[in-house]
Amino acid sequence: MSALSLLSSGEREHETFILNVGPQHPATHGVLRLKLTMDGEYITRAEPVCGYIHRMHEKMGENRTWAQFLPNTGRIDYLAAMAYGHAYVAAVERAAGIVVPARAEYIRVITSELNRISSHLVWFGAFLLDLGGFTPLLYAFDDREKILDLLEALTGSRLTYCYYRFGGVCNDVDDDFIRGTREFVAGMRPRMKMYRELVTDNIILRKRLIGIGHISAEMCRKYGATGPVIRGSGVAYDVRKNEPYSVYRDFDFDVPVFPEGDCMARYLVRMEEMVQSLRIVEQALDKLPGGPALTAGVPRVLKPAVGDYCFAVEAARGRFLVRIVSDGKEIPYRVRLRTPSFSNLSLFEEASQGMMLPDALALLGSLDLVIPDIDR
Amino acid sequence: MSIIEPFRLLLFLVGIMAFIGLNAAYLVWVERKGAARFQRRPGPTEVGYAGLLQPIADGIKLLSKQLHVPPGADGVLFRVAPLLVMIPAMIGLAVVPFSETLVARNTNVGLLMIFAFGSINVMAIMLSGWSSRNKYAIISAARIVSQDVAYEIPMLLVVITMLMVTGTMNLNEIVQQQAGWFWHWNLFRLDVNPLMPLTFFIFFVCMLAETNRAPFDMAEAESELVAGAFTEYAGMGFGVFFIAEYANIILGCAFATILFLGGWQSPFGVWSGVFWFLLKMYALVFTVIWVRWTFPRTQFYNLLNLSWKLLIPVSLFTLILTAVVMKVLKT
Repeated sequence: MSALSLLSSGEREHETFILNVGPQHPATHGVLRLKLTMDGEYITRAEPVCGYIHRMHEKMGENRTWAQFLPNTGRIDYLAAMAYGHAYVAAVERAAGIVVPARAEYIRVITSELNRISSHLVWFGAFLLDLGGFTPLLYAFDDREKILDLLEALTGSRLTYCYYRFGGVCNDVDDDFIRGTREFVAGMRPRMKMYRELVTDNIILRKRLIGIGHISAEMCRKYGATGPVIRGSGVAYDVRKNEPYSVYRDFDFDVPVFPEGDCMARYLVRMEEMVQSLRIVEQALDKLPGGPALTAGVPRVLKPAVGDYCFAVEAARGRFLVRIVSDGKEIPYRVRLRTPSFSNLSLFEEASQGMMLPDALALLGSLDLVIPDIDR
Repeated sequence: MSIIEPFRLLLFLVGIMAFIGLNAAYLVWVERKGAARFQRRPGPTEVGYAGLLQPIADGIKLLSKQLHVPPGADGVLFRVAPLLVMIPAMIGLAVVPFSETLVARNTNVGLLMIFAFGSINVMAIMLSGWSSRNKYAIISAARIVSQDVAYEIPMLLVVITMLMVTGTMNLNEIVQQQAGWFWHWNLFRLDVNPLMPLTFFIFFVCMLAETNRAPFDMAEAESELVAGAFTEYAGMGFGVFFIAEYANIILGCAFATILFLGGWQSPFGVWSGVFWFLLKMYALVFTVIWVRWTFPRTQFYNLLNLSWKLLIPVSLFTLILTAVVMKVLKT
């Protein structure tokens, strides 16, 4: 960091240069642009520039009926679409006073957790790609493919799911899905062991991640970071535990917390979360109650009572909150989406001060950003 | 020197060029197929049987592209750099004895020559990064210089150790000394250097770093520097760098085979020949490919620390150890 202290004394200010990483760059995994002021290979200032894929989802919400906004939720964080749908659907159910059958809640938990695993698997592959290891990506996609096949058979789509409905889910699960999910859970555990042996215990990887990209708990609070990022900094905050929604109270699972705050801690949090999600899926399958998966008699055109409603879920990247304001009409007055990636990205500028370029990109990868989730 | 000597040399040089071209093309195929197998996918299958014509299709595509020199780049250096990368590898192969008779130039300073010309490689890649007028390329050029300088030292220390063991710089003689069963190979000569396998390992690591191969591919770390020093090169300009990378791997593996693995000598003492040389060399080349698709990339300062804090002291230690053992045992 001596380069940084030299710079602050004003001696080397003329020796810096601007490096534009993105909007098209292999490490940003989307159209994010980082405007880096570099002193050699050291970063003296990092400025994330977002907005390249802004699609006005919030404004779109004000121009269509409550039900018509449903597909939009799957296109915000395309890797964890289930949880986003869950938050919106649950917020509207809260506003309109719709009761959801227990079976539907269990199916929502199963599909959300499967989706969380598939999302973390994509992150795992992409993060290793950032670190220069190509092979784990293909292994991760091999496992993810099984989840996508299961969810495709159930929901009809592989990525941007629109499966939840006001009052339940649109298709009930069948025996094939339950059997396939059990097989997947049984097959995934040895794979997690293989990932640990092949990747996590690799000395090159450990050297690259341990002690790199430190984020303190205070910094997380200051920028509103959530999800694996804050849990990697020693704060045990998980919406599923702290503000339990749906039927998460019924399951026995741990919230992995690592106090180190470096890239390795965030890596381990996500790897451990996959194991915990497997546990939740297994328990939910065992406890799956009978009955309908969709409440009958939900009107086609909803007109929720006037008011202001919120619902927060733990998405794969952190706390996703939907706030809807209804003025009693068939069209929302306001749809506000609080996405985790935006807050997680905003701490990058402070956290990357004085880092070297490859370390900063490891930090960026460990934040697990989905660019449409930042821009909405 | 007889009258036919220049013609013989010319023939050999053409042969070496063909060897490099063929190897670069088909090592790409092997690498892609191998990587695909590591990753549970089929790899190239469309062009020809099992994708065997894929390298030729790629070559034709590269040849048909425009050789674009970016505005503001140093046109001369930008064009010269790919050639400068290519030539040292070819000259190096000229002194490599593929078998007892199959060698272009059997000189007494063969070992020195490979290193003398090998050092040009660093400068050439640096020039390519410097002349492209691209920020990623310049960062890459700076990395290449510090990396290759750092790894040349332990590599040379290892080579000096081997020089003491063999007592000659003539590559033919080095191989001839290792005749007989495989325990006569330098790799197993624990009587002069008890740490010989470690010495070989250091050599192999340095070779990976010198040829900018993963996990030391700092120069073209695609997730950091896009394509590093080669970012601005299009078409065959990039293609030549690509061929040179494989040529350098072949040269490095051939050199390791000669120094440690007994060159063309068969492991059983009989039926020695070029077959054994190629077998050993390709086994090493395959290991290089295998390493690349298994490990993630190291961090740049870890790379330099590894060289300065670990490899140089250890190789210096083996050098002194070898000297002491040889002096005491009078071998």
